Amino acid sequence: MAMTMTQKILAVHAGLDEVVSGQLIEADIDLVLANDITGPVAIRELKKAGMDKVFDEAKVALVMDHFVPNKDIKSAEQCAECRAFAQEHGIVNFFDVGRMGIEHALLPEQGLVAAGDCIIGADSHTCTYGALGAFSTGVGSTDCAAGIATGKAWFRVPSAIRVELTGKKAPWISGKDVILHLIGEIGVDGALYQSLEFTGPGVAELTMDDRFSIANMAIEAGAKNGIFPVDEKTVAYMEGRVPRDWRVFEADADAVYERTVTIDLAALRPTVSVPHLPENAKPVDEVAGIAIQQAVIGSCTNGRIEDMRVAADILRGRRVADGVRAIVIPATQEVYLQCIREGLAEAFIEAGAIISTPTCGPCLGGHMGILASGERAISTTNRNFVGRMGAIDSEIYLASPAVAAASAVTGVITDPATL
Amino acid sequence: MNAHGTVFKYGDNVDTDVIIPARYLNIADPDELATHAMEDIDATFVERVRPGDIIVANRNFGCGSSREHAPLVIKQNGVSCVIAASFARIFYRNAINIGLPILECAEAAEKIADGDEVEVDFSSGSIRNITRDETYQALAFPEFINGIIEHGGLLKSLKARGI
Repeated sequence: MAMTMTQKILAVHAGLDEVVSGQLIEADIDLVLANDITGPVAIRELKKAGMDKVFDEAKVALVMDHFVPNKDIKSAEQCAECRAFAQEHGIVNFFDVGRMGIEHALLPEQGLVAAGDCIIGADSHTCTYGALGAFSTGVGSTDCAAGIATGKAWFRVPSAIRVELTGKKAPWISGKDVILHLIGEIGVDGALYQSLEFTGPGVAELTMDDRFSIANMAIEAGAKNGIFPVDEKTVAYMEGRVPRDWRVFEADADAVYERTVTIDLAALRPTVSVPHLPENAKPVDEVAGIAIQQAVIGSCTNGRIEDMRVAADILRGRRVADGVRAIVIPATQEVYLQCIREGLAEAFIEAGAIISTPTCGPCLGGHMGILASGERAISTTNRNFVGRMGAIDSEIYLASPAVAAASAVTGVITDPATL
Repeated sequence: MNAHGTVFKYGDNVDTDVIIPARYLNIADPDELATHAMEDIDATFVERVRPGDIIVANRNFGCGSSREHAPLVIKQNGVSCVIAASFARIFYRNAINIGLPILECAEAAEKIADGDEVEVDFSSGSIRNITRDETYQALAFPEFINGIIEHGGLLKSLKARGI
């Protein structure tokens, strides 16, 4: 029977010739990930269960990224727990302050994930690696613990929605606009239990950073994973980073999809998701003029070098508006260093923005930019749920780095083309 | 196994940030963590909930973050079961993996009201609304998932298999 790209990867990792949607399988995993929030819970579960072996110390990644550099004593204890576990078990890919970055920007950058892999991570945005043509999905700490101990995970094989991309992006349009628009079309549970398989001539028009942003937010449509075909850009990204063989899978031409959603990239407007769900996506034109007090440019969705360049291009030679705090967070040390080398850091600081060391920080209301009661932020992060970035009656408008930077300059939500 | 309790009813897309806000994710002690359950959607939940009570919600319960702290704080407050029209997939896995009973039933989600007295028979998936004298039928779990639940969670079921 014909299979989707996701089904082919799952079949190979389950040691089966074919799988069908709905089938329960046990698959071998190539990498299991946890962070400083979910890692300690997994470690405690392993201890409680008396499981003291790691299936492969090179295939476990522990990234200290959420509340680091530690914001308080409790979060410091959580990192200490992960550090001790990593040391005890000889975990090769333990990323502490100085080496760390936001996990979903860091692992692809470090060549730890590759096309054809099957990856689980105790973080919902683990689906990001679908940009490289891998199957990757978020799980909880117990699944992660089982993965660390056994190298296996159980899955219900998903059916899929095909997302056909056509046309060419207009200036100021990025992957973020594509995914916010798609979530607006299908809703926050529009792809529940399913894969989102991106295809069509528009894929070639997207940079790798666009694709990472898109795959990253597949979870915001309820999807199990989001996945892109492997093309020249994917291979160029992996070459020089991934020190091992990768495997390219393609969906069968007659693979069955639940439905097809077509997006014409040329028709997209800069898109903003208004509180309190990512599905509340609107063209920037409908929300332009709404006052903001904070602009956040960063996160696992939009903290990569292209995001930094777009933001710097807008902020260079301009000033952040009075009454706005502009917070720029390069996602990894490498991106941070590149910001310095390319003069982006200078542009941010001269404009009156701040640059933070890599952290998930404000995205989940952790630290580095918490909102007070009644405040409103434009943010390149991925969730605008009630209280996500701070006070329960604060508000988050999700947007691309271009819209966030333009809004920081004017103090109101702004279409970058109108600056 | 049965559940019997008073219903706390919520709507669509109850996300893990309102079930347990990230500002508390630096807390390791489950009992302390549990005092903040549902804080941003229902500030008096923890004061009012009694052991055995049942949460009923509409679509996509538990969407958002993968934090296992979400089903954990619900379980820790003595909630015997969560019934929803649908669950976000990571929450669904997490609940099964930690042994918090959940049931998918669109009819129950639609017809049960806040404060109703409800009884659940897990073996049959039958949900009885004592207040309204109605019965709804939930989807049954596949055998594989039942195995995890019967063993009291994923790691215990793996141990039972000698892994």
